Amino acid sequence: MTARILALHLAVLAALFAAQFVLPSYHVTSLARIMVLAVFAMGYNIAFGYTGLLSLGHALFFAAGMYGAGLPALHFGVGGGTALILGLLAGGALAGAAGLLALRTAGVSFMIVTLMFAQAGYLTILYFAEYTRGNDGFPVPATARSLFGFALSGDRMRYMTALLLFSAAMLACLALVRSRFGRIMVAMRENEERSRMLGYNPYAVKLTALAISGLYAGLAGAAYALLFGYAGASFAGIQYSILPLLYVLTGGAGTVLGPLVGTAVMFWLTDIASGLTSAWLMVVGVALVALTLFAPRGMLGLIRERWAKWLP
Amino acid sequence: MAALILEARGLNRHFGGVRAVDGVDIALRTGEVHALIGPNGAGKTTLVGLLSGRIAADAGSILLGGEEIVHLPAHRRVRKGIAYTFQITSIYPRLTVAENVDLARGGIEDLARVGLADRAEQVAGSLSYGHQRLLEVAMGLALKPRVLILDEPTQGLSEGEVAGFRALVRQITPATTVLLIEHNMDVVMDLADRITVLDFGRVLARGTPAEIRADAAVQAAYLGGDDAAA
Repeated sequence: MTARILALHLAVLAALFAAQFVLPSYHVTSLARIMVLAVFAMGYNIAFGYTGLLSLGHALFFAAGMYGAGLPALHFGVGGGTALILGLLAGGALAGAAGLLALRTAGVSFMIVTLMFAQAGYLTILYFAEYTRGNDGFPVPATARSLFGFALSGDRMRYMTALLLFSAAMLACLALVRSRFGRIMVAMRENEERSRMLGYNPYAVKLTALAISGLYAGLAGAAYALLFGYAGASFAGIQYSILPLLYVLTGGAGTVLGPLVGTAVMFWLTDIASGLTSAWLMVVGVALVALTLFAPRGMLGLIRERWAKWLP
Repeated sequence: MAALILEARGLNRHFGGVRAVDGVDIALRTGEVHALIGPNGAGKTTLVGLLSGRIAADAGSILLGGEEIVHLPAHRRVRKGIAYTFQITSIYPRLTVAENVDLARGGIEDLARVGLADRAEQVAGSLSYGHQRLLEVAMGLALKPRVLILDEPTQGLSEGEVAGFRALVRQITPATTVLLIEHNMDVVMDLADRITVLDFGRVLARGTPAEIRADAAVQAAYLGGDDAAA
């Protein structure tokens, strides 16, 4: 059982490694972007898919990572490794701080409070435009766009870095959801009152899950800034709170590989549709309607339900 | 007199103008089955909510094994040894029976005690109603509580299941102290060492089953004279 799960996930990583030699360079860059966004979605999935926290404010944590890495690089000239870690920590810290307040609410109130926090974060970036360059954003300095002496702007290095971060994030996620704590997260999602009366502290469990989710979002935001060389306020907008939700619902909430599948499908669907027609949002919309009708649990959710109950 | 495992004094809880629990004292002797009865709306579920911590008390004190716990949140009280099974069955319906009892830090032996060991891999929501209630009791037992609060455990059970439940309660006491809210008077009279009768949020009477049966005030308020099994 465990061997089968591990084999599947390692096979996915191997396929991602091989893809860079097979795909044309345009799609290699796309796939690097997908892997970074999939880390974001995986973090979102830890809060939403496993713990049942429907946040509409994850753009805040993604932006925290992006600016947590980008601003020190811009103003103090820190290197890539430091910037990456700062971004990771910024995402986790902001998620923890937001959670301290937002987790006093639940359900629709939680959605609204997280949405407000993210909006406040977006406006803060604009307000301090003197330091953040506001809406225009800024290119990340070359000093920060290298790891261990390798430039991150090159295609090969960018892809390998994205793959490395994605692999670490995915294996950590797999370990988390199969751990005791992972099962308690699911218990909170399934029946919070029952869980409380089994001796688990709902507030502490949800806060921890949200902070872990924030670490993922922060890492993704930081990696996005370093790998693609730009930080801007648009990444803090509402769109980047909705996207991970969309990715997770498409791929399958509460599945380890769902976020990757969902991100890839939505990314390429958008990419292809926008090449064909200016009404590409309609194509995406039709796809979502179809998904809701035929696979309400997402693509991997459907596979797990029908064929592979062992899928984590 | 046996030592007290749980002792609550002066418990109060008002909802708006309604005095749901109004100055209640209750003490559980170690190892006894203590039944809590009273008409609908008498405050039974509110009272055990106060004891388990699901509802915050407006006033009063609760000692568990001599230790004050009234300020502890519910999950801490569970860790200290007060387990609660819900009036409306509360399990994890989408998880398997084994996963349910595992979350209560128990195992197959706890399922065996309620006769569900052979259903461990079944999804809990697909169990019959009676089996879901038994699963919840198994989860309560798995917590290895000092005090197990059962809120109308036999509601909706078949006669055979009720008989099995009685045997189970006899088997877990006196190792565990049981506080039992129950409407089925046969079960109460059969199992309880002592009974507390609540009415309008206050203690109307307290005593052995025989004493309660003979109590005129109880008969007037609750048992309704001729129909003791209501």
